[in-house]
Amino acid sequence: MTTPTLEVRDLRTHFFTRAGVVKAVDGVSFTVGRGKVLGLVGESGSGKSVTGFSIIGLVDAPGRVVGGQILFQGQDLAKLDEEAMRRLRGNRIAMIFQDPMMTLNPVLRVDTQMIETVLAHEQVDRETARQRARDALGLVGIPSPDERLKSYPHQFSGGMRQRVAIAIALLHRPELIVADEPTTALDVTIQGQILAEVQKLAATTGTSLIWITHDLSVVAGLADDIAVMYAGRIVEDGPVGQVLDAPLHPYTVGLIGSVPSRNRRGEPLRQIPGMTPSLLKLPAGCAFRTRCERADEACLAEPDLFPLREGQRARCFHPHLEEARA
Amino acid sequence: MTVYLLRRLFQSLLVLVAMSIIVFVGVYAVGDPVEILISPDADQAERARAIVALGLDKPLWQQYLVFVQNALRGDLGRSFVYNEPALQLILQKMPATMELAFGATIFAILIGLPLGLYAGLHPDSPGAKAIMAGSILGFSLPTFWVGLMLIMVFAVQLGWLPSTGRGDTLWGWSFLTANGISHLILPSINLALFKISLVIRLTRSGVRETMLMDYVKFARAKGLSPARVTYVHVFKNILIPVVTVVGLELGSTIAFSVVTESVFAWPGMGKLIIDSINVLDRPVIVAYLMIIVLMFIVINLVVDIMYSVLDPRVRLEGQG
Amino acid sequence: MSSTTATPAPAAKEETPFRRFVSEFAASRIALGGFVVFAIIVVLAVFAPWIAPQNPYDLGTIDIMDGRLEPGAVGGSGMTHWLGTDDQGRDMLSGILYGLRISLTVGAGSALIAGIVGASLGMLAAYAGGRTDSVIMRVVDLQLSFPTILAALMILAFLGKGIVNVVIALVIVEWAYYARTVRGSALVERRREYIEAAQCLALPTRRILFRHLLPNCLPPLIVVGTIQVARAIALEATLSFLGLGVPITEPSLGLLIANGYEYMLSGKYWISFYPGVALLITIVSINLMGDHLRDVLNPRLKK
Repeated sequence: MTTPTLEVRDLRTHFFTRAGVVKAVDGVSFTVGRGKVLGLVGESGSGKSVTGFSIIGLVDAPGRVVGGQILFQGQDLAKLDEEAMRRLRGNRIAMIFQDPMMTLNPVLRVDTQMIETVLAHEQVDRETARQRARDALGLVGIPSPDERLKSYPHQFSGGMRQRVAIAIALLHRPELIVADEPTTALDVTIQGQILAEVQKLAATTGTSLIWITHDLSVVAGLADDIAVMYAGRIVEDGPVGQVLDAPLHPYTVGLIGSVPSRNRRGEPLRQIPGMTPSLLKLPAGCAFRTRCERADEACLAEPDLFPLREGQRARCFHPHLEEARA
Repeated sequence: MTVYLLRRLFQSLLVLVAMSIIVFVGVYAVGDPVEILISPDADQAERARAIVALGLDKPLWQQYLVFVQNALRGDLGRSFVYNEPALQLILQKMPATMELAFGATIFAILIGLPLGLYAGLHPDSPGAKAIMAGSILGFSLPTFWVGLMLIMVFAVQLGWLPSTGRGDTLWGWSFLTANGISHLILPSINLALFKISLVIRLTRSGVRETMLMDYVKFARAKGLSPARVTYVHVFKNILIPVVTVVGLELGSTIAFSVVTESVFAWPGMGKLIIDSINVLDRPVIVAYLMIIVLMFIVINLVVDIMYSVLDPRVRLEGQG
Repeated sequence: MSSTTATPAPAAKEETPFRRFVSEFAASRIALGGFVVFAIIVVLAVFAPWIAPQNPYDLGTIDIMDGRLEPGAVGGSGMTHWLGTDDQGRDMLSGILYGLRISLTVGAGSALIAGIVGASLGMLAAYAGGRTDSVIMRVVDLQLSFPTILAALMILAFLGKGIVNVVIALVIVEWAYYARTVRGSALVERRREYIEAAQCLALPTRRILFRHLLPNCLPPLIVVGTIQVARAIALEATLSFLGLGVPITEPSLGLLIANGYEYMLSGKYWISFYPGVALLITIVSINLMGDHLRDVLNPRLKK
């Protein structure tokens, strides 16, 4: 079996704030195979973005990775020094951010920002770099790339800007792309277009993709595997079809149930009661206990991620094993 | 862009007119106008003649119109003391003051920018804390006292630099001679002190704010070298507010040169105005004020234009 | 796999906003130091007539033969002049103590008056809105865009010298900062419900402004006020140094420094130096306080 592109083992990233230690990522493990797409799903505060930043080594102070391994093609990124990480970033591992308005520097031209990425990792002349930039823009479907290269970010629409960000991510044909809610800030039609493009690209180039989002519907069409995060931990993972059709963890059930399209007209929208707990004051035992209708005294102990079905795991003492949606 | 310029020009004109009215009212209405414009040594008959000659017997608004007319012709009155046109006097002294102001600006940027950059990039280092403490001192210390101290230390005690006065000039500019430069150093630094503190604090907060921006994170995610991230991405963003403030401060600096010129006996406009106030040479005071206002307006306009050149978002507002 | 029983966090100690403010302020040792120094200075200034070894303005006690003595020298009357004497034979230490009084009085006094005027106008502008607001703010903008030293010079040139005129000039120059700051926070507060409630109760406008609106606009006002006192003191010193400030009979620190200017070049530095140091310490201590106050009272930094 080939080495998976990325294997994360027991990753822990903590933030040392004045109010206390925030365990944003507390023992997360998953694997992403070559050419596969992993959907990392969760509400805000679940730790999914921090996981993404931990992989690429851009966790801001007062946070830092305190434990675990991040094996990229077998090499532990957590042990690399800054310069070695820098050589990987934008080169073999790329990241796409959420808000395209702020990820491109407003006072620099688009070609400057693309050419510098090329030149940061390869010794080529500017004309070659410019050619590469032009090709990348074509790849993501941006018309008249020559003109566009000379423009400034604010002259693009939101969807275009995100395409530029994706183009930048693709410049060096990375083996892994971490996308942090890249379509959240865009409207639905654009979202669909970008998703389709990304899927096609991933398939043709064999790039592994981690798609971080809070939107289940996005994940449904795109990902091969899904991992659901809650309060810094993975509470369920498995192949996407399986998890979405037959969710095990009550939280996953709740998430799926609260998607509007799943509800019938006239009925009140189903919601998960309560709110995500503050990471400074997690309830004892299972973190979801206070919002779960299935909770009992057993849940005062911390559950592990139990493998409950073929390839599917859930962190729960009372998973929804009986229900299998048609 | 042209619409914007025209609008600014119009606004500037309004301000100029407003200031001229204030100055006019100040000189002609507050206090005894006769005493203000006519030398106190004149006797009754001379006064009577002067009053008619200067049109002081006419109603106020008419006097104002005469004032404006004269002003547009470049006649802002004659100095009592030197018996020369006030405007000419001021223009003669202007190069000295401009030298000082520009020297101060250059020092402010050369010293303030790197220090502020360092303090912003390494905010918790002892160096940064020292720099910030120093900047508080910089704008607390009264300029004149710092000037005195500079003279005391560098001129009297150490004898490295001359204490007062302007050096030799070449074509009217003293920075073109070595001796001139040696005279220019202390007063420029003195004048620059306040601005240096300002630039340090501005740069530092700009750097700290910018570093938190997503595009800096994205630049790092692209694998750019830290040097490029700092000097291209961060720097260009903080340059805009810093340049704006420095530009706007130029007017203030010229105004503040009043103090420095007094301490260092620098023969510029500032010293002229202080002396004039002390001897009540009001035509010179009026002329000085009008010129300063004009300079302010021009500087503000230039800074606005430069702002639009530096920030592409403003520049391309009109285009698609 | 052990279960961690989380104990609920202990209830927060009963904290009034004032107590929290004090503890936050005291957290910075520098600011605390500034406050202590400033308090000492105020005490020295208030009690100057009793502390000073000599009353430098009582002509009977000074002897010109004691003039320009070095610090530490003993004068003709047997008194040790710890900081030397000036050209008239006046004891520097005493002069500085009396000078502090003038500097502080003029500085703080003008800042206070300017504060009252500025805050009132600022609140009025924010509360009345519309034309009143535009007019007031235009004047504020015009005032603020003009460099302070120049405005003060202008005013003194037209009014003439003297302590009262200096205070007037300082007030005219300073009020705009207060106005703008207060207007800013008043605009925010005006929309709050408690103001609406007071309006529904048909309370008189003046009462609403001063009893309800003002207290909530105080934090930034306090910060500005503190820094303005320092600026006023510095400005007065500068004006006095230039010969356009307080009269010779009531010299502030600035005037003392001016007196010593001509002796600097001949090495008799103490006549200017020590008043300068006193001025420095005063201004810096106030600024240190004000700087930290700004951080403590900044609502945006409150999490």
